[in-house]
Amino acid sequence: MLNPDEAHTDSMMKPPALLLHVLVLVGLTLVSVFASATQPLASERERVLVHMVRQDCGSCHGLTLSGGLGSALTPAALAGKPVDGLVATIMDGRPGTPMPPFRGILSEAEAYWIIDQLMQGFPADRGLASQGAQR
Amino acid sequence: MSKENVRLSPPLLWGFLLPVMVFLLSACTSAGPVLRGTGDLGVLIERADGRVKIVDTSARSVLAQVEGLGDLSHASVVFSRDARYAYVFGRDGGLSKVDLLTARIVRRIMQAGNAIGGAISQDGRIVVAQNYTPGGIKAFDAETLELVADVPASYGSDGKRSKVVGLADLPGNRFVYSLFDADEIRVTDLSDPAHPVTQRFPAGHQPYDALVTPDGRYYIAGLFGEDGLAMLDLWQPQQGVRKILSGYGKGDAPLPVYKMPHLRGWAIAGGRAYLPAIGRHEVLVVDTATWQEVGRIAVKSQPVFVMARPDGREVWVNFAFPENGWVQVIDTLKQDVVDTLQPGRAILHMEFAPRGEVVWLSSRDDNRVFIYDTASHKQLHSFAAASPSGIFFTSRAARTGF
Repeated sequence: MLNPDEAHTDSMMKPPALLLHVLVLVGLTLVSVFASATQPLASERERVLVHMVRQDCGSCHGLTLSGGLGSALTPAALAGKPVDGLVATIMDGRPGTPMPPFRGILSEAEAYWIIDQLMQGFPADRGLASQGAQR
Repeated sequence: MSKENVRLSPPLLWGFLLPVMVFLLSACTSAGPVLRGTGDLGVLIERADGRVKIVDTSARSVLAQVEGLGDLSHASVVFSRDARYAYVFGRDGGLSKVDLLTARIVRRIMQAGNAIGGAISQDGRIVVAQNYTPGGIKAFDAETLELVADVPASYGSDGKRSKVVGLADLPGNRFVYSLFDADEIRVTDLSDPAHPVTQRFPAGHQPYDALVTPDGRYYIAGLFGEDGLAMLDLWQPQQGVRKILSGYGKGDAPLPVYKMPHLRGWAIAGGRAYLPAIGRHEVLVVDTATWQEVGRIAVKSQPVFVMARPDGREVWVNFAFPENGWVQVIDTLKQDVVDTLQPGRAILHMEFAPRGEVVWLSSRDDNRVFIYDTASHKQLHSFAAASPSGIFFTSRAARTGF
């Protein structure tokens, strides 16, 4: 469902005419709306990711991300670590440890966004949007 | 002296005084504490808010809440042997003793930097915490929470300390636990807390959690780093650790594991143990007499809790992220899944009533606790709770390994 490569290709095109400008703009908007590409993620998706990191990553890294079975993910703990390496850890896991790969669950753009947020101090969880009536 | 002089007051005056006294006494009673037992109480963790709710499993209601318990991600609870006090172990190393009747924290200490749970001794006098940082176990006086023993999980020659998992109480005020980083099972005898005695056993690669059978005889540690489980017969520990279910993955690469399964004595039903397979969509079934595999049951996703209903007739299973909205029910006679439920989003925990007529399910992402009838598998009731996770009923107070 997420395809960041598409957006890269689009933004590298050299449009000859106004029509193409418009088409590219519309295309990019659609891509970013439906695929949350490299630019800011849709706010609802951000909320889902914050919730996922705090709660589900938190089952090993702690709700406060200060560590558990997994290492601490606080700005101090991550300071100075190469961003690409951290993104690779999210996408492909760390073989030999319990850290699983999130490829298929997260796009690379989302992993970059998560690392960026972790390094700045991760946002508070606002929970998920409520889902219809309770059964 | 005449008899009349002895009379305290005339009958007419008593006629007025008695109703007044009855009224005043009844007023006193309603203002004072209500007498009640604790056998049907429980504690529900609201993990994100550092709060627990004290629940009444008969009325199916919330009695009170207690705030200020710190970081409760992966919090767990054990009960005093009189089932009046709950010892709440927080992720941040906090250990709080909560009075279920007054709904107050009576003691609270910070005992470690990073902790993962605890246990209480057979005689109820010692509470033991299992810690990741610094790796080891610490024992506290159950009354005062004063430190009585500190047993580091040191290994190797350079003083490294392992994360401790799978702590369980054993008869004789002994405690058994596993060292995730050191591939070991250890048994520490705390019958004289001033002089703890520890035995060490090689376990296999990366034990992640463990259970002790309800009789306290067998300790079974799940291994993250290999296909199989480590079993120690605590009646004959000199025989060492035996591998059970070796090679259950049949050489297949395990699927990514987004949540470590939880093991407790609830896995045992009708002479069989029902164990979650790591990285596979299966529940493994072992005969507890021979410890040979007697079956495997295909389930929806990767199991986290595989819990027998107290009568052992059914086994309920919940699942790891991202399939954590499902619950499946296994019929132990048919050895197959007979029901698939979708109670709510992110079902983190299940707890059966002591005799199993209902099960409580916490739905973290719907902020609700659901109560299901275990005969009809229908929802009976639900109530709101903030990010509920662990549910612990006081019936655990009387069980070894809880």
